[in-house]
Amino acid sequence: MIVNILFYVFAAMLVASAVGVITARNPVHCALLLVFAFVNSAVIWLLFEAEFLAVTLVVVYVGAVMVLWLFVVMMLNIDVEQIRRGFTRYAPLGVLISLLVVVEIAAVEWARHLGLDPVMAPVPKPQGYSNTAELGHLLYTQYLFPFEVAAVILLVAIVAAITLTMRRRPGHKVQNVRRQVAVRAKDRVRIVKMDAEEGQ
Amino acid sequence: MIPLSHVLMLSGILFSLSVAGIFINRRNVLLLLMCIELMLLSVNFNFIAFAYYLDDLAGQVFVFFILTVAAAEAAIGLAILVVLFRKRRSIDVDDLDALRG
Repeated sequence: MIVNILFYVFAAMLVASAVGVITARNPVHCALLLVFAFVNSAVIWLLFEAEFLAVTLVVVYVGAVMVLWLFVVMMLNIDVEQIRRGFTRYAPLGVLISLLVVVEIAAVEWARHLGLDPVMAPVPKPQGYSNTAELGHLLYTQYLFPFEVAAVILLVAIVAAITLTMRRRPGHKVQNVRRQVAVRAKDRVRIVKMDAEEGQ
Repeated sequence: MIPLSHVLMLSGILFSLSVAGIFINRRNVLLLLMCIELMLLSVNFNFIAFAYYLDDLAGQVFVFFILTVAAAEAAIGLAILVVLFRKRRSIDVDDLDALRG
């Protein structure tokens, strides 16, 4: 029962923060409300026994991606009022389409129930069950190849982000690595042999 | 326990809100990217709910990969945005007509 109440409370907060994300005037407010939405979803994922993913969502999304986001928002210094000029023109169409999506999904779900509602509560996991261990076991056996591909995707993202944003200014002083590597001791140090001089 | 259809409705509402957000904020690339993040989140809800009700961890593995791709997308999207702002001094979608024939 308490699980139900928690679910509906957090779902309501999630929807409210999502409404905030799409209507807030200030991009910083949007980003902060998106953080709130992510935290609420992490709590709901905990209710569905996806502990590892809930923690990952908070650590990776709230901790890393949204901070990156806030950095970019503050770096760009956007003129907020100018952005909102087209707000009213497209709002009715947007609301219409989103209502259509909701009605369609609701119709399908209430018509079919997907054959899953009689199952209701899955059996509770035994004591000592670790979601993280099970997930890791799956990732490193059955899903090893997709896991490696995901790692490559992240590497590509790093390379792409760095090459896109790297700026080369004229007159910028950099090291010439090729010449540094090719240098030999005789190019830099000259050993001079001379006789010791007589004291005065 | 929570009925499955309620979770699916929640994710449907979230998805449609982000679709509405794309229409409402269609001038600002930054907010469009945020709406896409919200959309990916709502899709993840479906996977988590089905993984729970069908007692199959494959759904959670899939959410793991979606999170990876979403993080990569956010990083590259923001990099493109920064380059765009440097070149054009604006991130308005209407200004992006360089490829117009």
